[in-house]
Amino acid sequence: MTKFTYTDQKDTRSGFGAGLLELGRTNPEVVALCADLVGSLKMQDFIDEFPERFFQVGIAEANMMGVAAGLTIGGKIPFTGTFANFSTGRVYDQIRQSIAYSGKNVKICASHAGLTLGEDGATHQILEDIGLMKMLPHMTVINPCDYNQTKAATIAIAEYEGPVYLRFGRPKVPVFTPADQKFEIGKAIKMIEGNDVTIFATGHLVWEAIEAEAILAKEGISVEVINIHTIKPLDVQAIIESAKKTGCVVTAEEHQMNGGLGDSVAQTLALNLPTPLEMVAVNDSFGESGTPEQLMKKYGIDAENIVKAVKRVMKRK
Amino acid sequence: MNKPSIETLEKTASQVRRDIVRMVHAVNSGHPGGSLGCTDFLTALYFNIMDIKKPFDPDGRDEDMFFLSNGHISPVWYSILARSGYFPVSELATFRKLDSRLQGHPATEEGLPGIRVASGSLGQGLSVACGAAQAKKLNKDDKRVYVLMGDGELDEGQVWEAAMYAAHHKIDNLIATVDYNGQQIDGPTSDVMDLKDLKAKWQAFGWDVIESDGNDMKSVINAMSLAKSLSGKGKPVVNLMKTEMGAGVDFMMGSHKWHGVAPNDEQLATALAQLEETLGDY
Repeated sequence: MTKFTYTDQKDTRSGFGAGLLELGRTNPEVVALCADLVGSLKMQDFIDEFPERFFQVGIAEANMMGVAAGLTIGGKIPFTGTFANFSTGRVYDQIRQSIAYSGKNVKICASHAGLTLGEDGATHQILEDIGLMKMLPHMTVINPCDYNQTKAATIAIAEYEGPVYLRFGRPKVPVFTPADQKFEIGKAIKMIEGNDVTIFATGHLVWEAIEAEAILAKEGISVEVINIHTIKPLDVQAIIESAKKTGCVVTAEEHQMNGGLGDSVAQTLALNLPTPLEMVAVNDSFGESGTPEQLMKKYGIDAENIVKAVKRVMKRK
Repeated sequence: MNKPSIETLEKTASQVRRDIVRMVHAVNSGHPGGSLGCTDFLTALYFNIMDIKKPFDPDGRDEDMFFLSNGHISPVWYSILARSGYFPVSELATFRKLDSRLQGHPATEEGLPGIRVASGSLGQGLSVACGAAQAKKLNKDDKRVYVLMGDGELDEGQVWEAAMYAAHHKIDNLIATVDYNGQQIDGPTSDVMDLKDLKAKWQAFGWDVIESDGNDMKSVINAMSLAKSLSGKGKPVVNLMKTEMGAGVDFMMGSHKWHGVAPNDEQLATALAQLEETLGDY
């Protein structure tokens, strides 16, 4: 049995949609833009209530980023919505110059991130977006784990002044974090306390880490699971504290090994507290068509692979 | 407020041109050609056409706003901003130097008053101007947003995304100007990437189009006054403004060669001899 239970499975993008609707009601400066993916991004409820605060840009993501930057001048808080692939790689220079370098208060909200987009295949399954965004000075990078946390994160980033990349996904996944848990940018959440090994997980992999812990607990291994929902700024203190206690760590994410959470954690530990580390991530490869479960298994980013990584890293202690 | 006369504006433009060649010469880098070509336009815009407030408000509430999309002509913009009182004229001497607020291309990072977004990577300014204009509408602010683009810059696809967007969303508090000098880095636009019928293109995208001479002060004022009178009627307005690259300095005119090259000591002296010092050099 896992230490967390759930009764419901929901997509994290619906958490974004619900958060955006709530922001519409509570913060009159919040506006939204979408590049012809209103249904996929779950933005229709916001549009129905606040049509004058929504801007359809068509299939023109570069323009969307520029328009969003412009809307901040005069105090608006724009939330852009499209797939993660088109929110980052396609518009990197627009984000770099007009948003990050210009310090604009734009919230780049990106759905369908990673392999779990599924059958559409590798053209749409971006696995490099965290890396692209975290390299940009001034950029905050957030990857929440379930519906509740995505909703809370959506609401929280409106209160923060500065550019944010908010990454979420397409499939229905367990809802296991409390609906009333406040989202604190940059503050890691200890999900499960343990002593032998730490798993730092982000996004959909937090649930996989929790499942891995249940398997390992049966074998007498005491696992600490920490949810790193904010990849930048990284909760350096939480990482060092836990690594100091357990002496070995595994990172888990739905992203390339290059540029993801794993290398942020590795950098932190290498600079502060060299610690044996294994990474559960996609190893320098594009994805392909398939169901989310099939893809996570094939590309080595599910609970089973976390268990294997834990066993590897514990031997290196 | 009394608007300055054409003669006064021309005198200001002469000083701005001196600033440009001196700034670029001092660091042996920068873009004099396009800067000189757009001097009359920016002088008219800041000293006559726009309704602007000081001190600088980054949010630009209840005032007209200008965005420079072709950021490489930063020398002319910096001179205009300094000469219109946003920051000390003496600061022009720091252009492109270490620890300066006057970056090679305009930026907000160092907090230079007058600049609201970074530019230089081309094709982005029209999108930003669209957003700023829409924010004004949401804020019930009836002032206008102006943006300048290069004609070579129109090679960028994002410009046409924004052009489509502005017309679709009826952003009629937006006045764009194209520096239509027919030159880009690798040569005449007709050779590098032919713009063909630019007027027909903008009209087909749903814009009101004005054509003007950008190196005659009276023509600039008339064109921008016409643009203002066309705005607020459901369509964005674009001014296709013919300019001469290097205008005001004879040996820099009529070629793309002075796009991004600084004059040497001798060339500087020749240039300055053609430009009256009207407001005192920095």
